[in-house]
Parts: sequence; C-alpha cells; structure tokens
Amino acid sequence: MNWYRKLSIKQKQVVWAWTFLALPVLFYVVIRFYPTFGSVLLSFQDWNLLGSKTWIGLENYEKLVADPVFWKVFNNTFIYLLLGTPVSLLISFIIAYHLDKVSFLHATIRAMYFIPFMTSAVAMAWLWRWFYQPVPVGLFNNFLASIGISQLPFLKSTFSALPSVLAPAIWAGLGFQIIIFMAGLRAIPQSYYEAAQIDGVGPWTVLREITIPLLKPTLVFLVVFSSIGFLRIFDQVFNMTTNDPGGPLNSTKPLVLMIYDTAFNAFDMGYAAAQTVVLFTILLLVSLLQLYVMRERT
Amino acid sequence: MKSWKKTIIGATAGAVMALSAGFAQAVEIEYWQYFYEARVTAIDTLIEKFEAENPDITVKHTTFPYADYRTKVAAAIPSGQGPDVVQLFYGWLNDYVEAKLITPLPTDAFPPAMIEKEFFPMVQAMKKDGAYMALPTAVRSLALFYNTRLFEEAGIDGPPKTLDELVEIAKKLTKKDAAGNITQVGITTGMNAQDHHWWREVLTRQFGGDPYKDDYKTVNYNDEAGAAALKWYSELETLHEVTQAGFMDEGQAAFKAGRAGMHIDGSFRIGALKSTRGLKWGVAELPAGPDGMKSNYSSYWVNGITSKATGEKKAAALKFLAFVTSDEAMQIWLDTVGELPAKPSAALTDANKADPVFGPFINGLGYAKTTIFANESGQRQVIMDAMQRILLEDQSPADAVAVAAEAEQKILNEYYK
Repeated sequence: MNWYRKLSIKQKQVVWAWTFLALPVLFYVVIRFYPTFGSVLLSFQDWNLLGSKTWIGLENYEKLVADPVFWKVFNNTFIYLLLGTPVSLLISFIIAYHLDKVSFLHATIRAMYFIPFMTSAVAMAWLWRWFYQPVPVGLFNNFLASIGISQLPFLKSTFSALPSVLAPAIWAGLGFQIIIFMAGLRAIPQSYYEAAQIDGVGPWTVLREITIPLLKPTLVFLVVFSSIGFLRIFDQVFNMTTNDPGGPLNSTKPLVLMIYDTAFNAFDMGYAAAQTVVLFTILLLVSLLQLYVMRERT
Repeated sequence: MKSWKKTIIGATAGAVMALSAGFAQAVEIEYWQYFYEARVTAIDTLIEKFEAENPDITVKHTTFPYADYRTKVAAAIPSGQGPDVVQLFYGWLNDYVEAKLITPLPTDAFPPAMIEKEFFPMVQAMKKDGAYMALPTAVRSLALFYNTRLFEEAGIDGPPKTLDELVEIAKKLTKKDAAGNITQVGITTGMNAQDHHWWREVLTRQFGGDPYKDDYKTVNYNDEAGAAALKWYSELETLHEVTQAGFMDEGQAAFKAGRAGMHIDGSFRIGALKSTRGLKWGVAELPAGPDGMKSNYSSYWVNGITSKATGEKKAAALKFLAFVTSDEAMQIWLDTVGELPAKPSAALTDANKADPVFGPFINGLGYAKTTIFANESGQRQVIMDAMQRILLEDQSPADAVAVAAEAEQKILNEYYK
C-alpha cells in the first residue's frame, strides 16, 4: 500500500471513484457492450442458431431495405411513438397537475393510478384482448350491442387495431408518469407561486410561465423514457395478437415483434440481428435528437 | 470418546461409498418435451414403466411452455447442455441433422427395413443416408368435431359427409341476435389454428389441385383449384355467414364453450375436450370434396437422440427411445393424449378403428398428406394474410391466392437456397 500513501488527495479520490465504478463498468462491458457488438457482428452473418455462422456481408441489410414488411413495421413503430408519447404525457400531466391540488385521499388515488404500472403486462394485455372481442364475449361490444350501437371491430380492423393495442400500453404507463410529474411539481419552489399570487397573475399564466418551464427536466426525462418505451413496444402487441402476431396484415406489428418473429420463428438470426441494429440506431438517434431539442435554453 | 468418533467416520465413509457406488450404477438421461398436460402425464407413465424394467437407468423429464420450447432446445443442444433424448417437431429435424446435433439411430438396433415395414409411410421423411434420424411415438390427423347437443337441438341427424352438407348444416347451427351479431357459429374458422392445413392439404386437393411440387419446394396452389378452395372457405363467412374468423378469440374456445356447432381440429384436442364438463361432442372424418375425394393433414413429433448423449448415456437413450416407440407406449400415448399410434399394428386395431372418437382420425391417417414446412409459422402467416385480405380488403380469392403463392415461394426459396 506504499504507492497509495504517496498519492495526492485528488489522485486518491480518482482511485476510489474507479474502484466503485469497476462493478458497473464490468457489468456494462459484459452484459451490455459485448452482446451489442456481438449482434452487430451477427448482422453480417447467416446463422440459424444450430449450424455454423457464415459471413454474408451486407446481404441482411439489403434484404431489409427491400422488404415491404420492414417498411410497414418501421411506420408502425413510429406511429406507436408519435401517438403514444404525446397522448400519454398529456393525460398524465393533466392528472398529476390536478392530483397535486387534491389532498383528500391523495395517497390512495395516487396508488390507484400506479397499480396498472405494477400489473403484469401480459395479464393486462390478455384482459384487454377479451374486452375488445366481438359479441358474445367482449365487454365493450356487449355494452355497445346492449344499447343498440353496432359493434366496433377494435383489434380486427387494420385501421383500429393499432390504437386498440396502444390504449392499454398508455394506460399502464400512466401511473409511473404521474408519479414523476408530481415529484417534478413538488420540486418547484413555492415562492414562485407566492410571487405570482402577489402580482395577481392568472392560473393560465402561472402554468405557462412557471410550472411548465420549471418542469422541463422532468419533461425531458419522461419524453425520452416513454419514447424509448413506445419504440420498444412488444408485450402488449404480442399478447393481444397471438392469433395473428402483429396483424391483421401487419397493421400492429412493431419492430421488436418483427425481430422476435425473424429470430424465434424463422430462426434467421443474422437477419434478426440486422433489424436489431436498425432499432438500436433509431433509439440512439431519437434519444439524441430529443436531448438536443429539449436542451436548456435560457 | 474415541470410539464414537470412529463409528461416525466409519459410517460416513460407508455411506459415501454406498452412495457413489449407487451413482456409478445408475445412468441418468434427460428427456425434453414441451408442456401439454396430457403429454406430460403420458411420458411420466412411460418413464415409470421404463424405470421399473430398467432399474439402472433413471430418466429426468423436463418440460417447457410450448412458446419457448423451440428456442430452448435450439439454444441448449448446440452448447452441449440439455436433453439426451428430445422431442422435436418433424419439420425442425432437418436443421438439427444438418448441424450434426442429432445422432442417427444405429441401423442394427433400428433397421430401416423394419421401420419401413412397421411404421406409417409418412415416417419415411425421417430417413437420411440409409438411417433413420428419429422416430415418432404418435402421429396426428385432422377431423371434424361436432357438438351433439346443438345438432339435436337443430334437428340434424349426423355430421356432414360432404362440403355441401357442411354448409347446409352450418346454416342451421348459426344463431344471431336481434341486431344480426353472430352469437353462435355453425363452424369455427381461423387460418391461424388448423384451418390452414385443412385448406392446404385438403380443400385445394378436393377442388382438383395439388398444392406443392418437388417435395414441397415449389408452391403449386396458385391455380383455379386453389382459388376455388379459398373462395369456398371464405364464403363460409362472407356469403353464408355461418362463421366469424376468430369468434370468441379462438375456435377451440368457442367449441368448448358450446357456442360452435362444428370445429376442425387435430387429434391432440381430444384430451382437452374430454375434460370439458357438460360438453357433448362427436367426431367425424373431414367432409369429402365435390367428387367424393377425401384428404387429410398429418403431422408428428419425433424422438431423437442428441449429440450430447455418448457412451453409456447413449446406450440408455437408445433403450428409452426403443421403449417410447413400442406398441405398448403408443397405446398408452393414445389413451392419455389422444394422439394416434405411429404404427399401423398399434393404430389399426379393431378396437381403435371402431372407437367413436379415435376412429375418424385413424381412418384419416390412411389418406393423409404431410406438408414439409420450411418455416411453418411463416407459411401459415401467408395463408392467414390471404384470408385477411379477402375479409378486410375485399380482395378476390384468386388474387389472394396469387399473392400468397408468391410470398410462400419466397420463403421456400430462401430456405432451400
């Protein structure tokens, strides 16, 4: 330990920092980076999981670009993102904003909003799947039929299937977003509101000029977090459409489901890896873009 | 003090020796299959019998949910982990053989000539380079399940013998509410379940076609027969309104719930239906085509020995394989799971042929075809999409079949390139 004693305080701090960082670094290298590089490598190969791998260069990517299903799926993935993120953030903000002002049974209400987030996505997806069924089993359609309105196709139409799958996904994520929003709201110093009150500013201005700007860090976190979540949507789609995975006619298929299908039904691991690399790139770009757009501008 | 210490040491040493001797004698082999309650019970029964006959061998039985099974097996076997004897779907075997992960059955213990004499001819697909790669315990075929209570209620004498009769009977069995919503279907449909097999191997042939050429490497249903077959199938919903694709989520669920008059399914469904309380049902052969032609689809799971099993484990594995493909095992499998024996000697007994439940399936085996799939779920998706385009986008059956044929040929070309 002689060398350690010779170090300056600054150097000692560095040594300690790296000692503590060693575990996460090791974790990231072994659990994250190694498989990531492995799949990038695999995306240039042909492999059915059983035989040997053969190098085929860019063939998997060429196939991907020429595959109409991929472009359909690519589109779907962005529809999930562009519908899911704003709608879920808007709803959760409205709920959080009002819940923040409620003191009666506050904790109970908050817990109730949080329960769906803790529920297993699989159980929830199956429940909603049955809700959406036509008469005689579907809850929604039975209700519509009982009041004399014709049935809605929900999961059975290429138009309404995607929103029908998205709805429970949004609902399930609300609890988490509400909690984060409320933490953000609580973190805004009360003195700003008091100052606004003294100045006699209306509630809209308070919301626009104080609450939303000061919620920015929270908002950035939630936008990035939920965007990644919607880009990676899988459980809900997979479980709600097992009879026709990602259907009807690929109208609900997200990229992750296509990857799953290519890897574990067609056992075309190289092609699946190429799709994974594309998904990874999209996730990276979207995250960087959002961080850039929502960066501090003061 | 010393004496009890010695006693303990002596006893421990003795116990360790006895235990290790015990371990050295008993060979443990591992058997994998997917989880399906009746199949698990059947294998447990077989293992019990096998272990009684072979006290020096123990068989460890491991199951996985069906959804994970193929992946687990594919991940475990190449890494030298997992089973010594494994159950694989016949369509998967080729990949395993090519990767040398399945050991061919030695010709002295399993002579090909004998297998060919004893097993149903469809098993010959398991032969490669003069040896058999794996053998099935049971085979499956399709038949028409019908709800006898609903038949009585509608005043129908018996199950349909032809496709025309099927339509007429289905009409009588369909019920709608005041708003015209179907509340009971005449027959269940859904290409996702067994119907794509029914269309592929049965309907296209009955309408005069031949769905594939070159050992299932070339799609051949893109003709009038294929289109006519799909038209007939889709008209059950669009014209006759006796069904609704995905009614009550799954056809078998609707049938179980007594909300479907007829349901086409495999023999593996028997076990589940038998345990459904209050459901009265019968089985009939698939209806014949316009000119009286009959066809059926048959598939099977095989037992193979993996490259992991060597030495005495391999010997034990071979013994176990011989046991699970014996007539006795096949009868147990039939009685427990409802899947049909893979040997005529076990299947075509008078008792089985006359059996009201197994009979139609066993008769179906006689004229059944086995599709050789490159990627079953991909090829199934193609047919499902064809049907969806007819239902959702008003595509004509001829166009739907043409698009499907092209898509399926692409899958086949990629696989056989």
